[in-house]
Amino acid sequence: MKLVYFAWVRERIGRNEEEITLPGGVTTVADLLDWLKSRGEGYEAALARPEVIRVAIDHEHVMHSAPLAGASEVALFPPMTGG
Amino acid sequence: MHGRCAPLVRVQAEDFDLAAEVRRLTEGRTDIGAVVTFSGICRDEDGRLAALMLEHYPGMAEAEIMRIAREAAGRWPLTGLSVIHRYGLIKPGENIVLVVAAAPHRQAAFDAASFLMDFLKSRAPFWKKEHALHGGEGQWVAAREADEDALARWAGEEPAKAR
Repeated sequence: MKLVYFAWVRERIGRNEEEITLPGGVTTVADLLDWLKSRGEGYEAALARPEVIRVAIDHEHVMHSAPLAGASEVALFPPMTGG
Repeated sequence: MHGRCAPLVRVQAEDFDLAAEVRRLTEGRTDIGAVVTFSGICRDEDGRLAALMLEHYPGMAEAEIMRIAREAAGRWPLTGLSVIHRYGLIKPGENIVLVVAAAPHRQAAFDAASFLMDFLKSRAPFWKKEHALHGGEGQWVAAREADEDALARWAGEEPAKAR
C-alpha cells in the first residue's frame, strides 16, 4: 500500500510518500494512524493529534473509521486551506 | 428544461484570464442571462507576506473539485461552470482561484458560485504556506472554523460525503 503525505504532515514525517506492508490487526484508518505513530519521532510529531488528520483513500475523503481493505493509496494531510 | 452542464475543472501553475474564461462559457450563445465570477486573490496580510506557496494533491485536487462542480451542476440550472485553481508560488495581487458560473437567471449563478467556493475551501486538497517578507519561509495557514461552518447553510446538499 502506498502512503502519501502533504503539508505539515509531510514535513514532520520527512518524506512525501512510502510503500508499506500493513501489519496484522491494522484494518481501519484509525488503526493505521495509531500504528504509524509508533514508527519514530517524525511520525509521532505529525500524528500527535490524530483527530485533526484528514485522510483520503484513492483520492476520496474518508472517516477514520473507514476500512483499509482494497486501498491502494492512502493520503494523510492537515485540514485544507485552498481557495 | 436544461440538461446538466459539463463542468470544466483545471488545476495549474499558470495564471488564468478571467475574460477568456467568461468568453468560453458565453461565446455564440443567446440563452445566458447571468454570469457570476469569483476570483480568489493572494493578499499581503498588511504588508507582512512576500508570497504564498500552494501545495496540492495532484489527481485528487481535480477529482474533488469535479465532484463539487458536478453537484452544483445538478442542483442549479446552469449553462456552464468553470473552476480553475492554481498551485505553486503566488505573490500578493496574483490570482489563486477562479469560478465562473453561467445560467439563464442570476440566482442560480450566484448560488452555484458560492456553493462551489464554500465546499472547495474545506474539501479540495490544497494547503497554503506563508512566505514572510522578513524571515523567509513561514507558517502553514491554519484552517478556519468559519469555513467549515459555511457548509452548514447548504445542509443536506453535501456533494462529497465521506464514506
